[in-house]
Amino acid sequence: MKNIKYLLLRRVTQFTILFLYFGANAYGWHMLEGTFGASRLFGFLPLADPYTVVQVLASGFVLGADVLLGALIITTFYMVVGGRAFCSWVCPINMVTDLANWLRRKLKLDKEEVNYRFLKRRTRYWIMVLGILVSAVVGVAAFEVLSPITIMQRGIVFGFGAGVSVVIAIFLFDLFGVRNGWCGHLCPLGAAYSLIGSKSLIRVEHNHENCTACMECKVVCPENQVLYMINKESISVTDGECTNCGRCVDVCNDDALKFSIRSFAQKAK
Amino acid sequence: MANSNNNRRKFMATTLQSVGLTALGGLLWSGYSDEVKASPLVLRPPGALPEDDFLKACIKCGLCAEACVNRNSNKNKDGSKRAGTLQMAKGGDHKLIGTPFFIPTEVPCFMCDDIPCVPVCPSGALDMPSLLNKEQELDINKARMGLAVVHKESCIAFWGIQCDACYRACPIQGEAITIEHQKNERTGKHAFMLPIVHSDVCTGCGLCELACVTEKPAIFVLPIEHSTGRAGDHYVKGWDEKDQQRVKNAKEIHTKDERSEKEATDYLNMGVEY
Repeated sequence: MKNIKYLLLRRVTQFTILFLYFGANAYGWHMLEGTFGASRLFGFLPLADPYTVVQVLASGFVLGADVLLGALIITTFYMVVGGRAFCSWVCPINMVTDLANWLRRKLKLDKEEVNYRFLKRRTRYWIMVLGILVSAVVGVAAFEVLSPITIMQRGIVFGFGAGVSVVIAIFLFDLFGVRNGWCGHLCPLGAAYSLIGSKSLIRVEHNHENCTACMECKVVCPENQVLYMINKESISVTDGECTNCGRCVDVCNDDALKFSIRSFAQKAK
Repeated sequence: MANSNNNRRKFMATTLQSVGLTALGGLLWSGYSDEVKASPLVLRPPGALPEDDFLKACIKCGLCAEACVNRNSNKNKDGSKRAGTLQMAKGGDHKLIGTPFFIPTEVPCFMCDDIPCVPVCPSGALDMPSLLNKEQELDINKARMGLAVVHKESCIAFWGIQCDACYRACPIQGEAITIEHQKNERTGKHAFMLPIVHSDVCTGCGLCELACVTEKPAIFVLPIEHSTGRAGDHYVKGWDEKDQQRVKNAKEIHTKDERSEKEATDYLNMGVEY
Protein backbone atom coordinates (compact mmCIF):
# COMPACT_ATOMS: atom_id res chain seq x y z
CA MET A 1 0.00 0.00 0.00
CA LYS A 2 2.84 2.33 0.79
CA ASN A 3 4.14 2.55 -2.72
CA ILE A 4 0.92 3.74 -4.32
CA LYS A 5 -0.18 6.29 -1.72
CA TYR A 6 0.33 9.42 -3.81
CA LEU A 7 -0.71 7.67 -6.99
CA LEU A 8 -4.01 6.76 -5.37
CA LEU A 9 -4.46 10.25 -3.95
CA ARG A 10 -3.86 11.76 -7.38
CA ARG A 11 -6.34 9.49 -9.09
CA VAL A 12 -8.97 10.25 -6.46
CA THR A 13 -8.36 13.99 -6.91
CA GLN A 14 -8.50 13.77 -10.70
CA PHE A 15 -11.70 11.72 -10.72
CA THR A 16 -13.37 13.89 -8.08
CA ILE A 17 -12.65 17.07 -10.02
CA LEU A 18 -13.85 15.57 -13.31
CA PHE A 19 -16.95 14.18 -11.62
CA LEU A 20 -17.82 17.60 -10.20
CA TYR A 21 -17.43 19.17 -13.66
CA PHE A 22 -19.54 16.36 -15.12
CA GLY A 23 -22.24 16.84 -12.47
CA ALA A 24 -22.44 20.56 -13.17
CA ASN A 25 -23.75 19.77 -16.64
CA ALA A 26 -25.57 16.51 -16.02
CA TYR A 27 -27.20 17.28 -12.65
CA GLY A 28 -26.95 21.07 -12.35
CA TRP A 29 -24.52 21.01 -9.41
CA HIS A 30 -22.91 24.30 -8.46
CA MET A 31 -19.71 22.89 -6.97
CA LEU A 32 -17.37 23.24 -9.92
CA GLU A 33 -18.89 24.45 -13.20
CA GLY A 34 -17.43 25.14 -16.61
CA THR A 35 -14.17 23.72 -17.95
CA PHE A 36 -10.49 24.41 -17.35
CA GLY A 37 -10.61 27.45 -19.64
CA ALA A 38 -12.87 29.19 -17.15
CA SER A 39 -14.77 27.74 -14.19
CA ARG A 40 -16.85 28.75 -11.22
CA LEU A 41 -16.14 27.23 -7.82
CA PHE A 42 -19.07 26.90 -5.36
CA GLY A 43 -21.21 28.98 -7.71
CA PHE A 44 -19.36 32.26 -7.25
CA LEU A 45 -15.56 32.07 -7.22
CA PRO A 46 -14.16 32.55 -10.75
CA LEU A 47 -11.23 30.39 -11.89
CA ALA A 48 -9.49 30.62 -15.24
CA ASP A 49 -6.54 29.08 -16.98
CA PRO A 50 -3.70 31.64 -17.24
CA TYR A 51 -2.31 30.34 -20.55
CA THR A 52 -5.76 30.40 -22.17
CA VAL A 53 -6.29 33.93 -20.90
CA VAL A 54 -2.95 35.07 -22.35
CA GLN A 55 -3.89 33.56 -25.72
CA VAL A 56 -7.28 35.32 -25.76
CA LEU A 57 -5.65 38.62 -24.83
CA ALA A 58 -3.08 38.06 -27.60
CA SER A 59 -5.89 37.48 -30.11
CA GLY A 60 -6.96 41.05 -29.42
CA PHE A 61 -9.98 40.69 -27.14
CA VAL A 62 -10.15 42.40 -23.75
CA LEU A 63 -11.64 39.77 -21.46
CA GLY A 64 -14.19 40.32 -18.72
CA ALA A 65 -13.00 41.03 -15.16
CA ASP A 66 -14.30 37.63 -13.97
CA VAL A 67 -11.88 35.73 -16.16
CA LEU A 68 -8.94 37.97 -15.30
CA LEU A 69 -9.61 37.57 -11.59
CA GLY A 70 -9.97 33.80 -12.13
CA ALA A 71 -6.61 33.59 -13.87
CA LEU A 72 -5.03 35.56 -11.05
CA ILE A 73 -6.46 33.16 -8.45
CA ILE A 74 -5.21 30.07 -10.32
CA THR A 75 -1.78 31.60 -10.94
CA THR A 76 -1.37 32.49 -7.27
CA PHE A 77 -2.56 29.05 -6.18
CA TYR A 78 -0.03 27.17 -8.31
CA MET A 79 2.75 29.63 -7.54
CA VAL A 80 2.40 28.53 -3.93
CA VAL A 81 1.32 24.89 -4.17
CA GLY A 82 3.58 23.76 -6.98
CA GLY A 83 3.22 24.81 -10.57
CA ARG A 84 2.81 21.52 -12.31
CA ALA A 85 0.58 20.03 -9.64
CA PHE A 86 -2.08 20.85 -12.25
CA CYS A 87 -0.44 18.39 -14.64
CA SER A 88 -0.33 15.42 -12.29
CA TRP A 89 -3.23 16.09 -9.92
CA VAL A 90 -5.90 17.66 -12.18
CA CYS A 91 -5.26 17.21 -15.90
CA PRO A 92 -7.19 14.24 -17.39
CA ILE A 93 -4.58 13.71 -20.12
CA ASN A 94 -2.20 12.74 -17.32
CA MET A 95 -4.15 9.50 -16.87
CA VAL A 96 -3.76 8.73 -20.58
CA THR A 97 -0.04 9.44 -20.69
CA ASP A 98 0.60 7.66 -17.38
CA LEU A 99 -1.10 4.58 -18.82
CA ALA A 100 0.99 4.81 -21.99
CA ASN A 101 4.11 5.22 -19.89
CA TRP A 102 3.27 2.24 -17.68
CA LEU A 103 2.61 0.06 -20.74
CA ARG A 104 5.87 1.25 -22.22
CA ARG A 105 7.72 0.00 -19.17
CA LYS A 106 5.82 -3.31 -19.14
CA LEU A 107 6.49 -3.88 -22.84
CA LYS A 108 10.09 -2.80 -22.37
CA LEU A 109 9.80 -0.42 -25.30
CA ASP A 110 12.38 1.99 -23.92
CA LYS A 111 15.21 -0.41 -24.63
CA GLU A 112 14.49 0.09 -28.32
CA GLU A 113 13.85 3.80 -28.15
CA VAL A 114 14.83 5.73 -31.21
CA ASN A 115 16.74 8.86 -30.45
CA TYR A 116 14.42 11.66 -31.48
CA ARG A 117 17.06 14.30 -31.67
CA PHE A 118 14.79 17.08 -32.81
CA LEU A 119 12.35 16.59 -29.92
CA LYS A 120 13.87 18.19 -26.87
CA ARG A 121 12.23 18.84 -23.55
CA ARG A 122 12.52 22.55 -24.15
CA THR A 123 10.38 22.23 -27.31
CA ARG A 124 7.29 22.89 -25.15
CA TYR A 125 8.53 26.39 -24.30
CA TRP A 126 8.88 27.18 -28.00
CA ILE A 127 5.36 25.86 -28.56
CA MET A 128 4.09 27.95 -25.66
CA VAL A 129 5.48 31.14 -27.18
CA LEU A 130 4.39 30.09 -30.65
CA GLY A 131 0.83 29.56 -29.39
CA ILE A 132 0.68 33.16 -28.25
CA LEU A 133 2.09 34.43 -31.57
CA VAL A 134 -0.31 32.32 -33.65
CA SER A 135 -3.22 33.57 -31.49
CA ALA A 136 -2.21 37.13 -32.30
CA VAL A 137 -1.85 36.46 -36.03
CA VAL A 138 -4.99 34.37 -36.59
CA GLY A 139 -7.25 36.07 -34.05
CA VAL A 140 -8.34 32.98 -32.15
CA ALA A 141 -6.87 31.30 -29.05
CA ALA A 142 -4.60 28.95 -30.98
CA PHE A 143 -3.87 26.16 -28.50
CA GLU A 144 -7.55 25.96 -27.57
CA VAL A 145 -8.52 24.83 -31.07
CA LEU A 146 -6.50 21.63 -30.66
CA SER A 147 -5.79 21.23 -26.94
CA PRO A 148 -6.28 17.54 -26.08
CA ILE A 149 -6.68 18.60 -22.44
CA THR A 150 -9.88 20.58 -22.86
CA ILE A 151 -11.07 18.32 -25.67
CA MET A 152 -10.88 15.39 -23.25
CA GLN A 153 -12.46 17.35 -20.42
CA ARG A 154 -15.31 18.64 -22.58
CA GLY A 155 -15.63 15.11 -23.91
CA ILE A 156 -16.27 13.86 -20.39
CA VAL A 157 -18.68 16.70 -19.55
CA PHE A 158 -20.55 17.23 -22.84
CA GLY A 159 -19.76 14.13 -24.96
CA PHE A 160 -16.71 13.26 -27.02
CA GLY A 161 -17.72 13.07 -30.69
CA ALA A 162 -14.71 12.65 -32.94
CA GLY A 163 -12.61 14.45 -30.29
CA VAL A 164 -11.75 11.07 -28.81
CA SER A 165 -9.33 10.54 -31.70
CA VAL A 166 -7.09 13.30 -30.30
CA VAL A 167 -6.88 11.47 -26.98
CA ILE A 168 -6.07 8.18 -28.74
CA ALA A 169 -3.41 9.96 -30.80
CA ILE A 170 -1.71 11.24 -27.63
CA PHE A 171 -1.81 7.73 -26.16
CA LEU A 172 -0.23 6.18 -29.25
CA PHE A 173 2.38 8.91 -29.49
CA ASP A 174 3.45 8.40 -25.89
CA LEU A 175 3.36 4.61 -26.16
CA PHE A 176 5.07 4.00 -29.49
CA GLY A 177 6.60 7.38 -30.18
CA VAL A 178 8.53 9.42 -27.68
CA ARG A 179 8.65 8.51 -23.98
CA ASN A 180 6.68 11.21 -22.12
CA GLY A 181 6.28 12.74 -25.55
CA TRP A 182 3.23 14.89 -24.94
CA CYS A 183 3.53 16.01 -21.30
CA GLY A 184 7.31 16.10 -21.23
CA HIS A 185 8.14 17.62 -24.60
CA LEU A 186 5.17 19.26 -26.34
CA CYS A 187 2.43 20.47 -24.02
CA PRO A 188 2.57 24.30 -23.83
CA LEU A 189 0.20 24.34 -20.86
CA GLY A 190 2.66 22.24 -18.86
CA ALA A 191 5.40 24.64 -19.96
CA ALA A 192 3.37 27.58 -18.67
CA TYR A 193 2.80 25.86 -15.34
CA SER A 194 6.52 25.01 -15.13
CA LEU A 195 7.24 28.71 -15.24
CA ILE A 196 4.42 29.69 -12.88
CA GLY A 197 5.48 27.18 -10.26
CA SER A 198 9.23 27.48 -10.55
CA LYS A 199 9.40 29.08 -7.09
CA SER A 200 6.61 27.13 -5.41
CA LEU A 201 6.74 26.01 -1.80
CA ILE A 202 5.83 22.32 -1.79
CA ARG A 203 8.78 20.27 -3.00
CA VAL A 204 10.19 16.77 -2.98
CA GLU A 205 13.23 16.61 -0.73
CA HIS A 206 16.07 14.14 -1.19
CA ASN A 207 18.05 12.65 1.67
CA HIS A 208 21.30 11.48 0.20
CA GLU A 209 22.34 9.55 3.38
CA ASN A 210 19.39 7.14 3.07
CA CYS A 211 19.68 6.62 -0.68
CA THR A 212 20.85 3.18 -1.87
CA ALA A 213 21.09 4.26 -5.51
CA CYS A 214 18.44 1.77 -6.72
CA MET A 215 17.29 4.41 -9.22
CA GLU A 216 13.65 3.30 -9.01
CA CYS A 217 12.70 6.98 -8.72
CA LYS A 218 14.37 7.86 -11.99
CA VAL A 219 12.57 5.00 -13.75
CA VAL A 220 9.09 6.14 -12.76
CA CYS A 221 9.70 9.88 -12.95
CA PRO A 222 8.12 11.46 -16.04
CA GLU A 223 10.59 14.37 -15.87
CA ASN A 224 13.63 12.55 -14.53
CA GLN A 225 16.05 15.31 -15.47
CA VAL A 226 14.84 17.08 -12.31
CA LEU A 227 16.21 14.25 -10.15
CA TYR A 228 19.84 14.97 -10.96
CA MET A 229 20.72 15.09 -7.22
CA ILE A 230 19.78 11.49 -6.47
CA ASN A 231 22.52 9.76 -4.50
CA LYS A 232 24.63 12.90 -4.79
CA GLU A 233 23.30 15.73 -2.64
CA SER A 234 20.69 16.14 0.11
CA ILE A 235 18.66 18.96 -1.44
CA SER A 236 15.11 19.63 -2.65
CA VAL A 237 13.92 19.15 -6.20
CA THR A 238 13.61 22.79 -7.18
CA ASP A 239 13.14 22.50 -10.94
CA GLY A 240 9.81 23.91 -12.17
CA GLU A 241 9.38 20.93 -14.48
CA CYS A 242 8.77 18.60 -11.51
CA THR A 243 5.01 17.88 -11.47
CA ASN A 244 4.84 17.07 -7.75
CA CYS A 245 3.23 13.76 -8.69
CA GLY A 246 4.94 11.98 -5.83
CA ARG A 247 5.69 8.76 -7.74
CA CYS A 248 9.33 8.97 -6.66
CA VAL A 249 8.25 9.26 -3.03
CA ASP A 250 5.95 6.26 -3.53
CA VAL A 251 8.55 3.94 -5.04
CA CYS A 252 11.41 4.86 -2.74
CA ASN A 253 11.94 2.05 -0.23
CA ASP A 254 14.75 3.78 1.62
CA ASP A 255 13.00 6.85 2.97
CA ALA A 256 15.27 9.01 0.87
CA LEU A 257 12.51 11.09 -0.72
CA LYS A 258 9.63 12.98 0.89
CA PHE A 259 7.45 16.03 0.37
CA SER A 260 8.50 19.08 2.35
CA ILE A 261 8.25 22.84 2.34
CA ARG A 262 10.97 24.28 0.18
CA SER A 263 13.79 25.69 2.19
CA PHE A 264 15.05 28.90 0.70
CA ALA A 265 18.08 28.74 2.95
CA GLN A 266 19.43 25.84 0.92
CA LYS A 267 19.46 27.99 -2.15
CA ALA A 268 21.67 30.57 -0.48
CA LYS A 269 24.38 27.96 0.18
CA MET B 1 40.88 27.51 -32.14
CA ALA B 2 39.53 24.80 -34.39
CA ASN B 3 37.44 23.54 -31.50
CA SER B 4 35.85 26.92 -30.85
CA ASN B 5 35.06 27.24 -34.55
CA ASN B 6 33.36 23.86 -34.45
CA ASN B 7 31.34 24.87 -31.43
CA ARG B 8 30.28 28.06 -33.11
CA ARG B 9 29.23 26.19 -36.23
CA LYS B 10 27.25 23.72 -34.15
CA PHE B 11 25.59 26.54 -32.23
CA MET B 12 24.63 28.31 -35.45
CA ALA B 13 23.27 25.10 -36.95
CA THR B 14 21.12 24.24 -33.92
CA THR B 15 19.84 27.80 -33.66
CA LEU B 16 18.95 27.82 -37.33
CA GLN B 17 17.24 24.44 -36.97
CA SER B 18 15.20 25.59 -33.97
CA VAL B 19 14.13 28.78 -35.70
CA GLY B 20 13.30 26.90 -38.90
CA LEU B 21 11.24 24.24 -37.15
CA THR B 22 9.44 26.91 -35.12
CA ALA B 23 8.58 28.78 -38.31
CA LEU B 24 7.32 25.55 -39.89
CA GLY B 25 5.20 24.77 -36.85
CA GLY B 26 3.89 28.31 -36.78
CA LEU B 27 2.81 28.19 -40.42
CA LEU B 28 1.05 24.83 -40.06
CA TRP B 29 -0.60 25.89 -36.83
CA SER B 30 -1.77 29.23 -38.24
CA GLY B 31 -3.15 27.57 -41.33
CA TYR B 32 -5.02 24.99 -39.29
CA SER B 33 -6.42 27.55 -36.82
CA ASP B 34 -7.56 29.82 -39.61
CA GLU B 35 -9.37 26.97 -41.38
CA VAL B 36 -11.14 25.61 -38.32
CA LYS B 37 -12.57 28.98 -37.35
CA ALA B 38 -14.26 29.31 -40.74
CA SER B 39 -17.71 27.92 -39.99
CA PRO B 40 -20.06 30.63 -41.20
CA LEU B 41 -23.48 28.97 -40.94
CA VAL B 42 -23.57 28.59 -37.19
CA LEU B 43 -26.15 30.01 -34.78
CA ARG B 44 -24.75 31.38 -31.53
CA PRO B 45 -26.46 31.97 -28.13
CA PRO B 46 -28.32 35.24 -27.44
CA GLY B 47 -26.15 38.32 -27.09
CA ALA B 48 -23.18 36.75 -28.88
CA LEU B 49 -20.71 39.24 -30.30
CA PRO B 50 -20.28 39.35 -34.10
CA GLU B 51 -18.76 36.00 -35.14
CA ASP B 52 -15.17 37.21 -35.55
CA ASP B 53 -15.09 38.80 -32.09
CA PHE B 54 -17.04 35.92 -30.62
CA LEU B 55 -14.40 33.42 -31.74
CA LYS B 56 -11.70 35.51 -30.10
CA ALA B 57 -13.61 36.05 -26.88
CA CYS B 58 -15.22 32.66 -26.23
CA ILE B 59 -13.09 30.84 -23.66
CA LYS B 60 -14.93 27.55 -24.31
CA CYS B 61 -15.95 27.03 -20.70
CA GLY B 62 -19.46 25.77 -21.43
CA LEU B 63 -21.12 27.69 -18.59
CA CYS B 64 -23.81 28.93 -21.03
CA ALA B 65 -24.65 25.40 -22.17
CA GLU B 66 -24.76 24.18 -18.56
CA ALA B 67 -27.07 27.04 -17.57
CA CYS B 68 -29.28 26.29 -20.59
CA VAL B 69 -29.73 22.58 -19.98
CA ASN B 70 -30.17 22.93 -16.20
CA ARG B 71 -32.69 25.79 -16.18
CA ASN B 72 -35.87 25.08 -14.23
CA SER B 73 -38.11 25.42 -17.26
CA ASN B 74 -36.23 22.69 -19.14
CA LYS B 75 -38.29 19.75 -17.89
CA ASN B 76 -40.74 17.35 -19.40
CA LYS B 77 -44.19 17.03 -17.84
CA ASP B 78 -43.00 14.04 -15.80
CA GLY B 79 -40.16 16.14 -14.35
CA SER B 80 -37.35 14.52 -16.35
CA LYS B 81 -34.70 16.76 -17.89
CA ARG B 82 -34.75 17.61 -21.57
CA ALA B 83 -31.83 18.21 -23.89
CA GLY B 84 -30.65 21.79 -23.80
CA THR B 85 -30.69 24.20 -26.72
CA LEU B 86 -27.00 24.99 -26.60
CA GLN B 87 -24.49 22.35 -27.64
CA MET B 88 -20.74 22.55 -27.25
CA ALA B 89 -18.98 21.95 -30.58
CA LYS B 90 -17.19 18.59 -30.58
CA GLY B 91 -14.75 17.11 -33.03
CA GLY B 92 -16.76 16.23 -36.12
CA ASP B 93 -19.32 19.02 -35.68
CA HIS B 94 -17.26 21.14 -38.10
CA LYS B 95 -17.58 24.20 -35.93
CA LEU B 96 -14.80 25.76 -33.89
CA ILE B 97 -14.28 23.14 -31.20
CA GLY B 98 -15.60 23.98 -27.74
CA THR B 99 -17.83 26.89 -28.80
CA PRO B 100 -21.59 26.91 -28.07
CA PHE B 101 -24.16 26.79 -30.87
CA PHE B 102 -27.67 25.53 -31.55
CA ILE B 103 -29.53 23.77 -34.33
CA PRO B 104 -33.22 24.84 -34.48
CA THR B 105 -34.47 21.55 -35.93
CA GLU B 106 -32.93 19.69 -32.99
CA VAL B 107 -33.67 22.07 -30.12
CA PRO B 108 -34.57 25.71 -30.88
CA CYS B 109 -34.06 28.59 -28.44
CA PHE B 110 -37.14 28.95 -26.22
CA MET B 111 -36.30 32.57 -25.41
CA CYS B 112 -36.38 32.36 -21.58
CA ASP B 113 -37.34 35.65 -19.92
CA ASP B 114 -34.38 35.48 -17.52
CA ILE B 115 -31.91 34.42 -20.26
CA PRO B 116 -29.91 32.05 -18.00
CA CYS B 117 -27.17 31.50 -20.58
CA VAL B 118 -25.94 35.09 -20.81
CA PRO B 119 -25.15 36.45 -17.32
CA VAL B 120 -22.96 33.39 -16.57
CA CYS B 121 -20.58 34.14 -19.46
CA PRO B 122 -17.32 35.14 -17.78
CA SER B 123 -15.41 36.33 -20.84
CA GLY B 124 -17.83 38.79 -22.41
CA ALA B 125 -18.36 36.69 -25.56
CA LEU B 126 -22.07 36.85 -24.73
CA ASP B 127 -22.60 40.56 -24.34
CA MET B 128 -25.19 41.21 -21.62
CA PRO B 129 -25.50 45.01 -22.19
CA SER B 130 -26.72 44.30 -25.73
CA LEU B 131 -29.78 42.55 -24.25
CA LEU B 132 -30.79 45.27 -21.78
CA ASN B 133 -33.86 47.37 -22.51
CA LYS B 134 -34.46 50.98 -21.48
CA GLU B 135 -35.32 49.90 -17.91
CA GLN B 136 -31.96 48.07 -17.74
CA GLU B 137 -33.74 44.71 -17.57
CA LEU B 138 -32.78 41.64 -19.57
CA ASP B 139 -35.01 41.52 -22.62
CA ILE B 140 -34.76 38.41 -24.80
CA ASN B 141 -36.62 40.18 -27.60
CA LYS B 142 -33.45 42.17 -28.20
CA ALA B 143 -31.52 39.01 -29.10
CA ARG B 144 -30.44 38.64 -32.74
CA MET B 145 -29.23 35.04 -32.96
CA GLY B 146 -30.15 34.92 -36.62
CA LEU B 147 -32.93 35.82 -39.00
CA ALA B 148 -35.59 33.49 -40.42
CA VAL B 149 -36.00 33.46 -44.18
CA VAL B 150 -38.77 31.86 -46.25
CA HIS B 151 -38.09 29.91 -49.41
CA LYS B 152 -41.31 30.69 -51.23
CA GLU B 153 -41.07 27.92 -53.83
CA SER B 154 -41.21 25.22 -51.13
CA CYS B 155 -43.50 27.05 -48.70
CA ILE B 156 -46.95 25.55 -49.28
CA ALA B 157 -48.65 28.79 -48.20
CA PHE B 158 -47.21 30.30 -51.39
CA TRP B 159 -48.87 27.48 -53.32
CA GLY B 160 -52.24 28.60 -51.99
CA ILE B 161 -52.57 25.92 -49.32
CA GLN B 162 -53.64 27.21 -45.92
CA CYS B 163 -50.78 26.75 -43.47
CA ASP B 164 -49.71 29.09 -40.72
CA ALA B 165 -47.57 26.72 -38.61
CA CYS B 166 -44.62 29.13 -38.43
CA TYR B 167 -46.85 32.08 -37.59
CA ARG B 168 -48.41 30.14 -34.70
CA ALA B 169 -45.07 28.84 -33.42
CA CYS B 170 -43.47 32.28 -33.32
CA PRO B 171 -42.91 33.51 -29.72
CA ILE B 172 -43.35 37.12 -30.86
CA GLN B 173 -46.59 36.26 -32.58
CA GLY B 174 -47.97 38.70 -35.08
CA GLU B 175 -44.83 40.82 -35.02
CA ALA B 176 -41.85 38.77 -36.14
CA ILE B 177 -43.97 36.86 -38.66
CA THR B 178 -47.15 38.39 -40.09
CA ILE B 179 -49.63 36.84 -42.50
CA GLU B 180 -50.19 38.87 -45.63
CA HIS B 181 -53.33 38.29 -47.68
CA GLN B 182 -53.10 38.26 -51.46
CA LYS B 183 -55.52 37.27 -54.16
CA ASN B 184 -54.97 33.83 -55.67
CA GLU B 185 -55.24 34.57 -59.39
CA ARG B 186 -54.99 30.86 -60.26
CA THR B 187 -58.34 29.98 -58.69
CA GLY B 188 -59.73 33.49 -58.84
CA LYS B 189 -61.67 33.07 -55.60
CA HIS B 190 -59.21 32.17 -52.87
CA ALA B 191 -56.64 34.13 -50.86
CA PHE B 192 -52.99 33.43 -50.32
CA MET B 193 -52.01 33.76 -46.66
CA LEU B 194 -48.31 34.42 -46.91
CA PRO B 195 -45.88 34.36 -43.96
CA ILE B 196 -43.65 37.45 -43.98
CA VAL B 197 -40.68 37.68 -41.60
CA HIS B 198 -39.78 41.10 -40.17
CA SER B 199 -36.08 41.45 -39.58
CA ASP B 200 -36.47 44.26 -37.04
CA VAL B 201 -38.34 41.90 -34.68
CA CYS B 202 -37.18 38.35 -35.47
CA THR B 203 -34.67 37.03 -32.88
CA GLY B 204 -33.67 33.93 -34.84
CA CYS B 205 -34.90 31.53 -32.14
CA GLY B 206 -35.80 28.88 -34.72
CA LEU B 207 -39.20 27.79 -33.37
CA CYS B 208 -40.68 28.48 -36.82
CA GLU B 209 -38.09 26.25 -38.47
CA LEU B 210 -38.91 23.42 -36.06
CA ALA B 211 -42.66 23.89 -36.60
CA CYS B 212 -42.53 24.02 -40.42
CA VAL B 213 -44.49 21.12 -41.90
CA THR B 214 -42.57 20.63 -45.13
CA GLU B 215 -40.11 17.77 -45.52
CA LYS B 216 -37.16 20.14 -45.33
CA PRO B 217 -38.23 23.37 -43.61
CA ALA B 218 -39.24 26.12 -46.03
CA ILE B 219 -38.60 28.68 -43.31
CA PHE B 220 -35.20 28.52 -41.66
CA VAL B 221 -32.84 30.61 -39.58
CA LEU B 222 -29.52 31.82 -40.93
CA PRO B 223 -26.96 33.99 -39.17
CA ILE B 224 -27.96 37.59 -39.87
CA GLU B 225 -24.93 38.37 -42.01
CA HIS B 226 -25.96 35.50 -44.30
CA SER B 227 -29.67 36.22 -44.51
CA THR B 228 -29.44 39.96 -45.15
CA GLY B 229 -28.19 42.11 -47.99
CA ARG B 230 -26.94 45.68 -47.92
CA ALA B 231 -28.06 48.45 -50.28
CA GLY B 232 -25.09 50.67 -49.61
CA ASP B 233 -24.73 54.23 -48.36
CA HIS B 234 -25.15 55.84 -51.77
CA TYR B 235 -28.87 55.06 -51.83
CA VAL B 236 -30.87 57.68 -49.98
CA LYS B 237 -34.58 57.27 -49.40
CA GLY B 238 -36.09 60.50 -50.69
CA TRP B 239 -39.38 59.77 -48.94
CA ASP B 240 -37.82 59.17 -45.56
CA GLU B 241 -37.14 62.34 -43.58
CA LYS B 242 -34.65 60.65 -41.31
CA ASP B 243 -32.71 59.17 -44.21
CA GLN B 244 -32.74 62.58 -45.88
CA GLN B 245 -30.76 63.98 -42.97
CA ARG B 246 -27.74 62.02 -44.22
CA VAL B 247 -27.48 64.25 -47.30
CA LYS B 248 -28.50 67.49 -45.58
CA ASN B 249 -25.09 69.05 -46.08
CA ALA B 250 -24.36 67.52 -49.47
CA LYS B 251 -23.34 69.94 -52.20
CA GLU B 252 -24.07 69.55 -55.85
CA ILE B 253 -21.09 68.16 -57.71
CA HIS B 254 -20.42 69.02 -61.33
CA THR B 255 -18.06 66.62 -63.04
CA LYS B 256 -16.28 68.03 -66.02
CA ASP B 257 -14.62 65.60 -68.40
CA GLU B 258 -14.66 64.81 -72.11
CA ARG B 259 -18.03 63.13 -71.85
CA SER B 260 -19.73 66.05 -70.13
CA GLU B 261 -18.77 68.53 -72.88
CA LYS B 262 -21.50 67.11 -75.07
CA GLU B 263 -25.19 66.77 -74.36
CA ALA B 264 -26.24 63.58 -72.61
CA THR B 265 -28.52 62.71 -75.53
CA ASP B 266 -25.59 62.89 -77.90
CA TYR B 267 -23.70 59.99 -76.52
CA LEU B 268 -26.82 57.98 -75.75
CA ASN B 269 -27.66 58.17 -79.45
CA MET B 270 -24.14 57.75 -80.76
CA GLY B 271 -22.92 54.85 -78.75
CA VAL B 272 -20.01 55.33 -76.46
CA GLU B 273 -17.07 57.12 -78.00
CA TYR B 274 -14.56 58.73 -75.71
